[in-house]
Amino acid sequence: MAGQEQQQPQSRDTEVDEDIPATPAPPEGQASAATQGVDDLLDEIDGVLESNAEEFVRAFVQKGGQ
Amino acid sequence: MTAGPSAVSGGLPVGGAMRVMGSETEYGIHAPSAPGANATMMSARVIQAYAQVTRQRAAGGAEMRWDYTDEEPLHDARGWTLERSAATPEQLTDRPPVLDAEAIALAYGRAELDHDGEDESGSLLMNMVLGNGARLYVDHAHPEYSSPEVTNPRDAVTWDAAGDLVALAAVRRLAGDPELPPINLYKNNTDNKSVSYGSHENYLMPRSVPFGEIARGLTPFFITRQIMCGAGRVGLGQDSSRPGYQISQRADFFETEVGLETTIRRPIINTRDEPHATADKYRRLHVIIGDANLSQAANFLKFGSTAMVLSLIEAGLAPRVDVHEPVGALQAVSHDTSLTATLRLLDGRRVTALDLQWMYFEAAAKLAQDTGVADAVDGDGHTHAVLERWSATLTELDSDRAAAASTVEWLAKLSLLEGYRQRDGLQWSDARLGLVDLQWSDIRPEKGLYHRLLARDRMQRIVDDEAIARAVSEPPSDTRAFFRGRCVSRFGTDLVGASWDSVIFDLPGRGKLQRVPTREPLRGTEALTGGLFARHHEAGPFLAELLGLPPGS
Repeated sequence: MAGQEQQQPQSRDTEVDEDIPATPAPPEGQASAATQGVDDLLDEIDGVLESNAEEFVRAFVQKGGQ
Repeated sequence: MTAGPSAVSGGLPVGGAMRVMGSETEYGIHAPSAPGANATMMSARVIQAYAQVTRQRAAGGAEMRWDYTDEEPLHDARGWTLERSAATPEQLTDRPPVLDAEAIALAYGRAELDHDGEDESGSLLMNMVLGNGARLYVDHAHPEYSSPEVTNPRDAVTWDAAGDLVALAAVRRLAGDPELPPINLYKNNTDNKSVSYGSHENYLMPRSVPFGEIARGLTPFFITRQIMCGAGRVGLGQDSSRPGYQISQRADFFETEVGLETTIRRPIINTRDEPHATADKYRRLHVIIGDANLSQAANFLKFGSTAMVLSLIEAGLAPRVDVHEPVGALQAVSHDTSLTATLRLLDGRRVTALDLQWMYFEAAAKLAQDTGVADAVDGDGHTHAVLERWSATLTELDSDRAAAASTVEWLAKLSLLEGYRQRDGLQWSDARLGLVDLQWSDIRPEKGLYHRLLARDRMQRIVDDEAIARAVSEPPSDTRAFFRGRCVSRFGTDLVGASWDSVIFDLPGRGKLQRVPTREPLRGTEALTGGLFARHHEAGPFLAELLGLPPGS
């Protein structure tokens, strides 16, 4: 969904904590600490994700609940 | 005090975020190495595994079948002086019968049941009451943890998170058993293939509040509170057939405005009315519309803001707004991650979800200030924190979404998904994004993506880890869950069971069961019964002193 585009004003960028990624990725070239943090995070998560995403997701079939 | 009927308080301050409440979590269950495994059987193995961890056999187990099917014998067994209250057998049967051990044996063969040598009857455990006052059992095809009753949103978060540790302990136990396939549990609400399972909230209310007022006051709030406490979902539609991302796990599964069902034609307002307490005084409001939350802050706001809206309704001060076509509005809000879509009100106004939440916030803040519970120093100790977080979250959602991503679960998940989309150029239909969504909710800290973010302090904690770990075995001190939990921990071998409103003893040498009703949720507290537990370490003398007390405790 492309709904992320109507975004909040960027005027508070200077207040953004460096640990917290902006929801829409910042423009390229803005190699901030936040971007680096996201890259590190994704690298870590690459190593945690179940292998064969398609098969894993397909096999997750639940019976009804409330 | 201008707030609603004092009867609701039962001793709790009225007008704010305090009330008797609790959570229920049905976990998604999956054994990757055993595709097609029977879900009820796997769920029973989870309960069994936790029983092995705690050895809290006595308060649950296959012996609990009286709870569901042998009501009459139990009824005959009560004959005892405290049992003059208006209990009906139905009130013990808070769920339809689950598939019991005998039925499983018929369907799958006795050999399936004999894997646990400790269980002399060869039957599978389907139901436990835990030392923290919670219930752990098989609900349909999922393991479910129902938290003990608590009095405030912070404790709701604590004992809900403790349930995730209970589930984790069972998963670990199963993973260590070479004869059984490992089982994963997920704190989510859909398989994205048309099936949803619930995460429910319960709130105690005075019976005197008309149900129509509750439904009217809550509906606009429930349509929009997801922007603060939705858990996020990849895929649109019940079967996720349309690519995209939405705010709520549950929204697409709701089909009607008000109703009794919880598994089909799910209603925004559920009318199930089992108070598990003195029925002429209380109503237990059963809320089925929420997402399961891993984010502590989101969970805190879910319970805290909802409790405050109920206080508004009780005081007759809920905002007078009626949303046109509530079910469609619920889904429109969920599908609009920009938070700019407008909803039509019956009076013709068009407002955003944020506008509606601000209306509720302002009304709730005013009532809390008028009643004095919101004061940072002299208030009730909880409402101030709820209001602070509620307004901060709405402000951030409006103008600083990066900051909101450390508390608002759907935004935290979205930021991770957007990271993948940017880095790898993935479309919303890509299976890896579906996997991120699913694995977000894996309860194992090393595999669950929420937990990976928590470990990096990208998600805020509002309860420290030690408090959650304690809540795995310790009951809340200020509700009847204290009595229930302590009875289980202390006298487990002398109990045949416990339910929300009773604890049932079976003492050696006595011909009949002795049932202690606990129909007042704010009795049975540590303040009222702590001394009794301190004085007695054996069930016989304990019961003798207890039964010497006036009824009603």
